[in-house]
Amino acid sequence: MTTLEVRGLGKNYRLHGLRGGTLRAVDDVSFTLEPGRTVALVGQSGSGKSTIAKLLLQLERPTSGEILLDGKPIERRGAGLARYRRTVQMVFQDPFASLNPFHSIEHHLERPVRLHHKEMRNAEVHARVLQLLERVRLTPAENVAARRPHELSGGQRQRVAIARALAPEPGILIADEPVSMLDVSIRLGVLNLLATLQREEDLGVLYITHDLATARHFADDILVMYQGRIVERGPADEVILNPQHEYTKTLAAAAPNPERRISELRG
Amino acid sequence: MALTTQAAEPAAPAGNQVKRARRRRLGLPPMTAKLAAGLAIGGVILIFGLVGPFFVQDPSRVDDIGLTGPSGAHLLGTTQTGQDVLAQLAYATRGSLTIGAIVGALTLLLSAFFGVVGAYAGGWVDEAFSLFTNIMLVIPGLPLVIVISSYVPDKSLWLVALVLSITGWAGSARVLRGYTLSLRNRDYVLAARVAGEKRWRTLAVEILPNLVPLLASQVVFAVIFAILGEAGLSYLGLGATGSFTWGTMLYYAQNGLALRLGAWWWFVPPGLLLALFGAALSLVNFSIDEIINPKLRNQTRAARRGWRMSRQQLDKAREATL
Amino acid sequence: MSQPPVRPVVSAPVLTIEDFSVDYLVEPVVHAVKNVSLTLRRGEVLGLAGESGCGKSTLAYGIVRLLKPPAVISSGHAVFHSREGVDIDWNLLDAAELRAVRWDKVSMVFQGAMNSLNPVISVRDQLEDIFLTHRPQMDRRARRERCGELLERVGVDRARLNAYPHELSGGMRQRVMIAMAMALEPQVMIMDEPTTALDVVVQREILREITRLRDELGFAVIFITHDLPLLLEISDRIAVMRTGEVVELGDAVELYTNPKHPYTKQLLASFPSLTGERGSFVRGGMDERLLELDAIRVADPTPGSGS
Repeated sequence: MTTLEVRGLGKNYRLHGLRGGTLRAVDDVSFTLEPGRTVALVGQSGSGKSTIAKLLLQLERPTSGEILLDGKPIERRGAGLARYRRTVQMVFQDPFASLNPFHSIEHHLERPVRLHHKEMRNAEVHARVLQLLERVRLTPAENVAARRPHELSGGQRQRVAIARALAPEPGILIADEPVSMLDVSIRLGVLNLLATLQREEDLGVLYITHDLATARHFADDILVMYQGRIVERGPADEVILNPQHEYTKTLAAAAPNPERRISELRG
Repeated sequence: MALTTQAAEPAAPAGNQVKRARRRRLGLPPMTAKLAAGLAIGGVILIFGLVGPFFVQDPSRVDDIGLTGPSGAHLLGTTQTGQDVLAQLAYATRGSLTIGAIVGALTLLLSAFFGVVGAYAGGWVDEAFSLFTNIMLVIPGLPLVIVISSYVPDKSLWLVALVLSITGWAGSARVLRGYTLSLRNRDYVLAARVAGEKRWRTLAVEILPNLVPLLASQVVFAVIFAILGEAGLSYLGLGATGSFTWGTMLYYAQNGLALRLGAWWWFVPPGLLLALFGAALSLVNFSIDEIINPKLRNQTRAARRGWRMSRQQLDKAREATL
Repeated sequence: MSQPPVRPVVSAPVLTIEDFSVDYLVEPVVHAVKNVSLTLRRGEVLGLAGESGCGKSTLAYGIVRLLKPPAVISSGHAVFHSREGVDIDWNLLDAAELRAVRWDKVSMVFQGAMNSLNPVISVRDQLEDIFLTHRPQMDRRARRERCGELLERVGVDRARLNAYPHELSGGMRQRVMIAMAMALEPQVMIMDEPTTALDVVVQREILREITRLRDELGFAVIFITHDLPLLLEISDRIAVMRTGEVVELGDAVELYTNPKHPYTKQLLASFPSLTGERGSFVRGGMDERLLELDAIRVADPTPGSGS
């Protein structure tokens, strides 16, 4: 049961080369992640959405603004950082790159479990690993745990990544384009799984994507990002069906829309 | 965001493929003719160097029979001073292999430290290590060795090995640095950080295992460089003239006018072993390259032989795709 | 976006694919494309839909004989019917004939087109290269003029001729690729996932260009992608492929509103509607069936490959 709040977040990058200058990747972004609610961050490439993920995971430091965990500013070192890492987790976009080809699935899940439960013994850790695999419907768990990443399909690897993210029992989950690199017919299954796990664990989820359609079905609220700023926010249906900002209107009009097309062709 | 299309992996493989899969799981290169040949030749020479000296005569014992060809008493003949060539060869093999081993180990330590650790640490550490590596790379090796030679006339094997290591590690370090930089930003390394892994553990557990094939290749390369380099140095008289190595044998053979006198038994064996060992190590290195660069795996003649295409079909396909 | 009325697609065929099969002759043999028969009509846009590994790209490359060994065309023909009435069976051409016919009659826009441009050669040089090879009799001025014309046709400013690929945005590079494919005014263009890596807004513009050019120049298009809603926006007919076979082929709107094959229905269901009913399949209860499509297979020693 954790709340993550972002206030006035900004991140500037210095551009190298002759022209120099600054790139404002993120500019004055504010939003809140609450338990049990999904927020979708929608934007095209270059909008800054991936930078926000990196800032929330403390892989980068913001230039301005603050991040508050349960009302208190987050800690960036020592035990505070370890606590933060336990609470905020991420599912990466590329299922082929987020697992180390050298190690078994067991290793991938074991490490976070051990890190956050130093007192557990080997047998307990192993049992926990199997339990995690069963939660993401990767059964028979013993069989899967012994495998290496290249022996699993993209969708299966992504489920391992989800299991890994759940291992430390987090309160907040950041999903960065979790299904965009998966085969089409698997995508809904993985999103459905994420939604179920969110309900079971009462997680606050940030769903980062460029796909408006899945954002609408998966999220409660949508934030539309353009060039580092949030240009529109609101409940999912509102933003999609009744967009106010020019950019949102452009996005909604540009996305392939079979219903609209069919009525155009017939009407 | 392109969909990654997996290559068509043949389903339910037969016995051969299961064995190959097991080898690949252990991280070993697939056994090919190339690898087998390299390991066999290298292995034989290695055994000769390790065990040979126990079974031969004293290589330094001088005799007044002078330069003689192969005979019953001296299987590879004698040198100008009546020393047994076979015995010298055995000790020389051991000497050269020792230099190879020492240089291999030292290069590994130095290049791994300045290359991998520097690149992983990032920031000013990376800049400093990189600068140091580049300076070492630029310092010319041969003049350095000549300068050292003039100060220390009686060099031991260890000193020569040390000098070769100092002049040889920088190239390796650069290669390792480049590769580590690319590994550092892989998602699985970031995932380890997000999970709360300590940085040194991430280096040891996530990055290092993926570096092993490259490290192995660099070490083998360093050994080749050391042995051939030492041979060259010794031939010029700048090596460990007091010890037995392939290079020093060639040096003495040259000084004793072996070529002009036609005493092939003196210079051919060390030269031959030198060439063979270098070739054997290179073959092993090519096999390691196939792990590092999977694209090479499918392009080799061995892979092509695995295709069930007739000559005609191959020609037709090749014609169409130029 | 106003649409011209749907054109009646009863024109003559420009490409006939009969019983086409492609095998990868490794151990054991992989049947990438199995007995596919399709007809592409003059001026129509045929969408080829399917997931990764279904064989759609292999089919496309196979038609123009761009497959590398160990792939081999094991049966069937791809016959091109030119405007002049000549029938060309691609499989019977030798190297010289292939070179003449390729790009001139049938051209391709490759997957990952953004990386298909040579980074060290300017756009102009790459466009001119096509004319140098296929229209050697053109003089320099005519060539330059034509290259400028081509770029403007795809909506890129003529001044960009001097630019290098890295100076152009993703969308612009894609347009250059399309310009290159159009250079010799081919009668068929095969486009393999041309908009996959682009933003939705840029994608919409590119699709608009392709439709406009098709209307102007009358070429036929085979549009390959996994994005089924996208195909509806641009295709006249759609063919759905799975594991090397065409499981359904029909008019685009028909296929969408009245799919017959269960796989087509499954594929359509994978694309939640943007403006339609907000179904409960994502945020509703756990639907185990959805993940059954990607279940772990224990029998195979090397299981789980996504193809």
